[in-house]
Amino acid sequence: MSTMITATINGRRFRGEVEDNELLIDFLREDLGLIGARQSCEVEVCGSCTVLVDGLPVSSCCYLACDLDGKVVETIEGVVGTAFHEVLADAFVRHAAVQCGYCTPAMVLTAKSLLDDERLTDEESLRRAMRGNLCRCTGYRAILDALMDVMGSGRVAEAGSGR
Amino acid sequence: MTQLLEHPAKSSTAIGLSVDRVDAREKLAGSAEYTGDLHPPSMLYGAVLRSQFAHAEIESIDTTGAEATDGVIAVLTGDDLTDLDPYYGHALRDRPIIAIGKVRFVGEPIAVVAAKSQTIADAALSAIDVSYRMLPHATTLDRALAPDAPLVHEGPVRPGLAHGLGKLPEREGNVCYRYGFSFGDVDAAFARAAVVVDDEYVFPAVYQYSMETHTTIAHHRGREITVWSSCQHPFLVRQEISELFEVPLDDVRVIVPYLGGGFGSKSYTKMEPLAVAISRKAGLPVRIMNRVDESMVTTRRHNMKCRMRTAASAEGQLLGRVVEMWLDTGAYADNGPRVTATAGDAGPGPYRWEAVDVKARCVYTNTSPAGSYRAFGATHLQWIGESQVDEVARRLGLDRVEIRRANLLPRGGQVRPGAKGLDADLVGDVEKVAAALDWSSPRPQNRGVGLSVGLLAAGAHPVSMATVRLGADGGVTVLVGTTELGQGARTVMGQIAAEVLGLPASRVVVRGTDTSYTPYDRSTGASRSTTVAGKAVEDAATQVLEELIKTAEMALGVERHELVVSEGRITGGGAAMTYEELIERRFGLKGGELIGQGHVGPRGGSGGFADGPVFWEVCIGGAEVEVDPETGVVTVLRVSTVADVGKAINPLLVRRQDEGAVMQGIGNALFEEMRFSEDGLLLNDTLLDYRIPSFEDLPPSMSCTIVENEDGPGPFGAKGCGEGALAALPAAIVNALADAGVHMSELPLTPERVWEKIQSAQRIRKNDSKEERYQ
Repeated sequence: MSTMITATINGRRFRGEVEDNELLIDFLREDLGLIGARQSCEVEVCGSCTVLVDGLPVSSCCYLACDLDGKVVETIEGVVGTAFHEVLADAFVRHAAVQCGYCTPAMVLTAKSLLDDERLTDEESLRRAMRGNLCRCTGYRAILDALMDVMGSGRVAEAGSGR
Repeated sequence: MTQLLEHPAKSSTAIGLSVDRVDAREKLAGSAEYTGDLHPPSMLYGAVLRSQFAHAEIESIDTTGAEATDGVIAVLTGDDLTDLDPYYGHALRDRPIIAIGKVRFVGEPIAVVAAKSQTIADAALSAIDVSYRMLPHATTLDRALAPDAPLVHEGPVRPGLAHGLGKLPEREGNVCYRYGFSFGDVDAAFARAAVVVDDEYVFPAVYQYSMETHTTIAHHRGREITVWSSCQHPFLVRQEISELFEVPLDDVRVIVPYLGGGFGSKSYTKMEPLAVAISRKAGLPVRIMNRVDESMVTTRRHNMKCRMRTAASAEGQLLGRVVEMWLDTGAYADNGPRVTATAGDAGPGPYRWEAVDVKARCVYTNTSPAGSYRAFGATHLQWIGESQVDEVARRLGLDRVEIRRANLLPRGGQVRPGAKGLDADLVGDVEKVAAALDWSSPRPQNRGVGLSVGLLAAGAHPVSMATVRLGADGGVTVLVGTTELGQGARTVMGQIAAEVLGLPASRVVVRGTDTSYTPYDRSTGASRSTTVAGKAVEDAATQVLEELIKTAEMALGVERHELVVSEGRITGGGAAMTYEELIERRFGLKGGELIGQGHVGPRGGSGGFADGPVFWEVCIGGAEVEVDPETGVVTVLRVSTVADVGKAINPLLVRRQDEGAVMQGIGNALFEEMRFSEDGLLLNDTLLDYRIPSFEDLPPSMSCTIVENEDGPGPFGAKGCGEGALAALPAAIVNALADAGVHMSELPLTPERVWEKIQSAQRIRKNDSKEERYQ
């Protein structure tokens, strides 16, 4: 069984049939070649397959492609080149917050959904908000340093991370 | 010449600078390619049928249903390998490519389906019928060591091609490898002891969890085999594939894209033989990409039981130590013998002893195979040895830093007989950790502070080659077989070449490994890349520099001692030439390149480890913890580590390595544990049940001090890092918890286990006070 869907993916309109049991991660990676969403735990724990659907982070390993109908999807490929990505990427590079890189696009996308959240005022609230994204290499300190650096500077706001 | 090859810190172009990681931008963009992102033309998808039983004979396998499934191209079983000697294993050649007649653990591959899609392949597995005859199993160390234990393996021991352990002993029951050493008179040392600490300890099986699971694409085409794989040791994989499939080394090509983490889980050969075997049958490239539950039964950290005794004089002099340990390597040895030897080496700890006796055993059980995981051996033993040192101090009323200061090995001291002497200043390191923790400050109830220090035999077998190419535009390409698995190897190798050539690191490119073109490198592990492969890069770059100088002498008409190398040019005799100009002069056109070769081998080319290790990695760290006596929850409040690295090629990357190791150490110490049922079934085989540290487990305070004594054997006095803190943290946390009043002898320190310990300690105290009252 398949379903006709219409969705906006990285700013482009997609209209086509998807299998009813097709996972979003497979749709993105296999059908569209958007490899930045990485497969790992497959049970919505590690967050490495995170993409934004209507601005909110979802685990694409546990989201059906047919449920995209009418929705707006952003993957890392759609965020690259934006002022937000540049500011955040600079901070990640400056703080050496990238190691193997497998979790990195997901970290960036989750951060995008968070960094204009006014409730995130300190490191503790940011840690809580980011807890759905695992990283085995960095031990998180570097990523947090990068995020705090950007949050504190107001540069994200300037770059317009707003949804 | 000499002045040219010295690298005074002030004129450094790349070394000691926290230059940006060369791979960061493409990883941030999501465009960095891992094995699972590749799609060779006509690639098929593999799915693996795995054993449901821990020990059973396979009576029959019926694959006809799967073969008849639409979209299935091939199904592989043990029957397809009768034309080969299908056993591999770099330490012991004990493992069949796929189960042959028998399964030895839950999860052992029995059949592989190759199909046009992953969905078809997965679904076809259910159409395979396997009939088993149950065998008695030994799924725990105790059962495997019992006199009447069922044997996991029978027949003679076959040495693997890269064990590096000298003459391998015969198997005794399920003990597949034994290691040990002793010196001094143990009985005499214990006879004059005022304090003897004697206890038994349990360390759990742990999953490395690299976020990218084991992923391999293999194409067996005619006589040629191409493998794309998430492997740390491509050259050892090439060698095992060559032997298994009887194809010359040159016809096996292993290509390594970026790795999504390794931590030892992708060391040596893992899924590659299975992928090659199914591709051989299918005639097309086949990808096998493990799920997490499959990677968990592909390799893990050894669980272990240990008995240790430590003797000390009334003045706090450490006299003697006796250690016996049994490491559970699961159904196949994998790297178990090396892990066992390294654990043995870590047994005494870095102290001056009168007498030591270490016995380490590597034991087969009917559980999933255990291999390398960051800081293996040291992580197993350090928390045990260091908790005994703390206990000696406690019983004698001594400060725990003081007892270490009094007993730690001096530089050059004997770590074990026949091994390289100590190449670090441990007392200085301990003092730095203690200072960072405000060691002597009073602490509230239920809080404690602890530190630990140990040594990890690092460097593995020191064989690495490298090629450095200086192109006609003045850019440099480094070919070196070190795998970029997240640690920053490509960045650091580039910095080393850049420094030698007096260029900024940005002028150097370091590619991933393709064994057809990249020079040999034994392995990426044991903290060896910077030290061993880095040395080969330094040598290769030095050769290029030498060629430049020769050319400059001719072109500028001056002697080498009058030449100055700086900023990509050579100056002398009142003129200057850029590298581009020198190359053009050398070859007479805007083309050509200067090539340097570097190689590192063991001293004297012995091939043995007698004079190893390459260096002793210092494993040191401290922690402050708080325990909630009502719940048993342990919280790490503060961590301090010292990265004793000789010379930090990239200080920020060193610090980030320590932080990553710290968090893995916290996971290993507090909650990570693979739990097996009596029948050998892994019970927590998803990330839902197997928890790793998250953002919320990050200690509020962390510090890392980098010590640069330039006492390493690597380039610029460097030695490896990145593992030590993982060994140090569980030990520091156990000691901090003991300082808070809870003495643990089993990891991980789960709330339940800690709470039970607190309760039983309270019961003992109550009973003691009752007895006192009634006396």
